[in-house]
Amino acid sequence: MISQSNRLWRFKGVGPTAWFALVYLYLPILILIVLSFNANKVATIWSGFSLDWYARVWDNPNILRAAKNSFIVATGATIVSTTFATMAALAMSAGKFRGQSFVNAMLGLPLLAPEIVTAVATLLFFLAIGLELGMLSVLVAHTVFCIPFAYMPIRARLEGMDPRYKEAAADLYATPWITFWRITFPLLMPGIVSGAMLAFIISLDDFVITFFVAGAGATTLPVYIFGMIRMGITPEVNAISAMMLLVSIAFVLLSWLVGKARQ
Amino acid sequence: MLSPALRRTGLLAPTVITLFVFMVLPMGLMAWMSLLEPDTYGGVKWGHYSLESYTQFLYERDLDDQLVLNTDYIGIFVRSFLLAGGATIATLLIGFPTALYIALKDEKARNRWILLISIPFWTNLLVRTFAWMLLLRNGGLAEQFLSAVGLTHEQLNLLYTPTAVAIGLVYSFLPFMILPIYTSLEKMDWKLVEAAFDLGANRWMAFRRVILPLAMPGIVAGCMLVLIPALGSYFIPELLGGGKSLMIGNLIQNQFGGARNWPFGAALSFALLAMVMLAMMAYNLRFKRAPGAGK
Repeated sequence: MISQSNRLWRFKGVGPTAWFALVYLYLPILILIVLSFNANKVATIWSGFSLDWYARVWDNPNILRAAKNSFIVATGATIVSTTFATMAALAMSAGKFRGQSFVNAMLGLPLLAPEIVTAVATLLFFLAIGLELGMLSVLVAHTVFCIPFAYMPIRARLEGMDPRYKEAAADLYATPWITFWRITFPLLMPGIVSGAMLAFIISLDDFVITFFVAGAGATTLPVYIFGMIRMGITPEVNAISAMMLLVSIAFVLLSWLVGKARQ
Repeated sequence: MLSPALRRTGLLAPTVITLFVFMVLPMGLMAWMSLLEPDTYGGVKWGHYSLESYTQFLYERDLDDQLVLNTDYIGIFVRSFLLAGGATIATLLIGFPTALYIALKDEKARNRWILLISIPFWTNLLVRTFAWMLLLRNGGLAEQFLSAVGLTHEQLNLLYTPTAVAIGLVYSFLPFMILPIYTSLEKMDWKLVEAAFDLGANRWMAFRRVILPLAMPGIVAGCMLVLIPALGSYFIPELLGGGKSLMIGNLIQNQFGGARNWPFGAALSFALLAMVMLAMMAYNLRFKRAPGAGK
């Protein structure tokens, strides 16, 4: 392995660049969180600590409704997409078959197509088939782009699974059905959990596609925040934004700790 | 008992049908709509075909119904490519050394760094773009900082410029560059570099002749992961660029909001999709099928 003491391994400027990248990535996040506790009405001038803006957010029924919509959509899209993705991953890893690369290409399409293109195509399609824009249209659109995100970790987990467990179960006269529920499914669970988490976060964070396909009644949190930013930069936007960042960061750290504990 | 083929069909059906109906069909519909005539207040005239949407990209009709060359849209496409391409180069220049730095750390430190680099990916991009508005706007934190340090007391007028868009793009997509490069560096056999040193190579030669070629798949993957979403980005130029730094995404959105020309919007989206697909095909031909690259 690389000997850290060897001077040859020290590339000039590499360390400072890495630290610069880290500061660059975190500076806006930190500043946003700090400013959300700002007492001043002007969003960027610090004048003391206050939780006022969080109270305001909490009292704003529109924000709460948007948060509720976000949560409903993310939960629904996660459940459906993870179920579909698990089934597809099981079929895809069971052996080679004709048309496999076609299915692979379809699974890659939502990842590959620029979001704005997907948004436009989905909007036009919903309008053409006469589906009313609202919670249902958002839920359908989210389910579609969540499928590949849920699929990837599940597929990776299946790839890494030892086939001998299944063989042993079959030797012991377990039916395929029992083998699945007693062997494959429990072993697959970590993959399913990470797939579901990825889908949930991706759905919760989506702005562009939701912006196009959400009708007036289905405003999600990012769409609502976008509207607020357009109206002007206020400390209230800081507070709701900071809350979103903190929730995601807590979510990632939690999943990281869970993953670490399991090892 | 179900036959394996039947079981496979049943397991794949929900995913394949969902993706086909709500992804492939809409893309096809979009391509078709780009060939229709626009209706006056949004929507399309079904059955009225025209190539107007594609000529509109280059020409506009003057009062006498003559086609006149109009470079506005070309300008927006060129700007999009310059900004997205520039952002790709900048993320590469920051991302590669960062990935190399992380790859040379011991395992514990590596995991910690990777966690730190990937956290921003999990947090809402719209909100983080908003944070840049707080930093860059007049009287914002960048100005306050510079005047506190005593560098300059002038107004910077950074927000709502192409520079602000570039800063936002580099910021958003930096993790997408670092992570694939890191993956290819981490998998790399460092003994090869050691061998290069043993054979008298200096750091620069070892870097250029050994590390760089071996990291190439990661570099190319990173570039694609940055360039494609950067080209189609919508809210970063919308929030940081103001009205003066429109990119393709804003132009597309405008056809469904203010301008109400669905076929033109569909044509623009289709053009963007086609460019992405071509880039992906070129990538696959060059890096997936090349002999010896399929490891």
